[in-house]
Amino acid sequence: MSPMPGVLPQPPLPNAQPLARLLAAGAEAGYARHVDTFGPLDPDAVAPGLLNLLDASGLTGRGGAAFATWRKALATSQSGRKRLVPARPVVIANGAEGEPLSFKDRTLLAHAPHLVIDGLLAVTRAVSGTQMYLYAPAASLPGVQEAVSGHPGGRRIQLVESPETFISGEASAVVNSIATGSAIPLDKGRRLSDTGLKGRPTLVLNVETLAHVALIARFGADWFREVGTPTDPGTRLLSVSGPGPCPDVVLEVPGGARLTDVVQSAGMDPASLSAVLVGGYHGRWVRPAAYVLSPRGPAGHVVRPGAGVIHALGAEQCGLGATAGIVAYLAGQSARQCGPCMFGLPAMAGIFNRIAAGEQDPRLPEELGRLGTLVSGRGACHHPDGTAQLISSALEVFADDVRSHLTGRCSGSGSWTP
Amino acid sequence: MTATLHIDWTRCDGRGLCTELLAGVLVRDDWGYPVARGRQGAERTDVPTRPSDADAARDAVSLCPKLALSLRDPASGGPQRRR
Repeated sequence: MSPMPGVLPQPPLPNAQPLARLLAAGAEAGYARHVDTFGPLDPDAVAPGLLNLLDASGLTGRGGAAFATWRKALATSQSGRKRLVPARPVVIANGAEGEPLSFKDRTLLAHAPHLVIDGLLAVTRAVSGTQMYLYAPAASLPGVQEAVSGHPGGRRIQLVESPETFISGEASAVVNSIATGSAIPLDKGRRLSDTGLKGRPTLVLNVETLAHVALIARFGADWFREVGTPTDPGTRLLSVSGPGPCPDVVLEVPGGARLTDVVQSAGMDPASLSAVLVGGYHGRWVRPAAYVLSPRGPAGHVVRPGAGVIHALGAEQCGLGATAGIVAYLAGQSARQCGPCMFGLPAMAGIFNRIAAGEQDPRLPEELGRLGTLVSGRGACHHPDGTAQLISSALEVFADDVRSHLTGRCSGSGSWTP
Repeated sequence: MTATLHIDWTRCDGRGLCTELLAGVLVRDDWGYPVARGRQGAERTDVPTRPSDADAARDAVSLCPKLALSLRDPASGGPQRRR
């Protein structure tokens, strides 16, 4: 990682490595320290060329889907203009972090809220938007409120509390939550970029994505690309956790980082781990081997970081027991509005639990596979697909454990709690 | 030019009328909800239909008791939803 131009050394954050870019202003940076560190940003001045700059930077969304940020912004901007009666877009900074193993967004909001605000102001100007929202969990709101009050452009940003549910951060759930108070996903018959909040073109961007926008607007696309790879430029924040005694840490890593390097940076020995959950509860288990973290690339070499969750499982912990707990949680987090999810996820959780508990029925894994295939692609959001992907990766990575369990043995001893 | 049949899963209640009208396109799953035959991923929510299914697809849209179906003609772009 290369240092940012003009950045002075800052006191390291508690429970975090010294981070080069997003958290360069140090712990709980107020507006003065933010400007001292990064310099000022005039949203009006940077707006005209911003989408081209984002295109050149290769920035992708850091909330999970890794969609090209410039493309999403451009679609929203064009949709507003091509109507008979032009509609001004709405831009929403999404800080909802319902994923139990994710804490990088709340860390960013606590320590670098002004980068998020800068990014929100700049993008809103660039798409000719008029309304701005910052959607974040209750625990983050007091700090965000203070930052918005202390930022010269912050007073037009409306703060909305996100509930602590798994799907509260899904883009259409965000819009629904702000509009009606109900944070459940909407049918995707129409795109949010065409008709979102109050029928207006709506752009929902993860808070980390907006913080990167604020840096790219200042330092340029070439600077952004100085770290990472050509296909995965820049950096990303990761929420890294694992078996004790290692503390949970937020790491900022370059695009294309090696999984074993990440695990080692967090103080863990890859050889002491049985598997790593990458991408969170909708992600996949992998062995801590020669994978790189990148949104795209050949399977078997690349594993998608999703929303940046890395969770390591100790060698003594049973991967099937851990996954059974996660799948039961995911089934409970269904919004219960789409049938295949409402019925399919509890059915899958039940069968997974029977395998984890050692029921000796060799047909169980096949039935799990059938149900996973049955529910996929059939919902207003990707909750069924994400759950099916997690299960499929568990059956693959823990295949030996599945065979042991089906003959009444379990090699794991340690318990697992999320 | 084929239209796509959009299933709004938030409305669908698994009544099954569409699976009878479009038996060649949709079957019922374990709980009665429609599954697009031989389709994967997004084509299970926006289901491509053949011109020969056009009449049955229109009937399914207008007769669905939960108003969960809509037809999208690729030529016109936007969704044509019964309201």
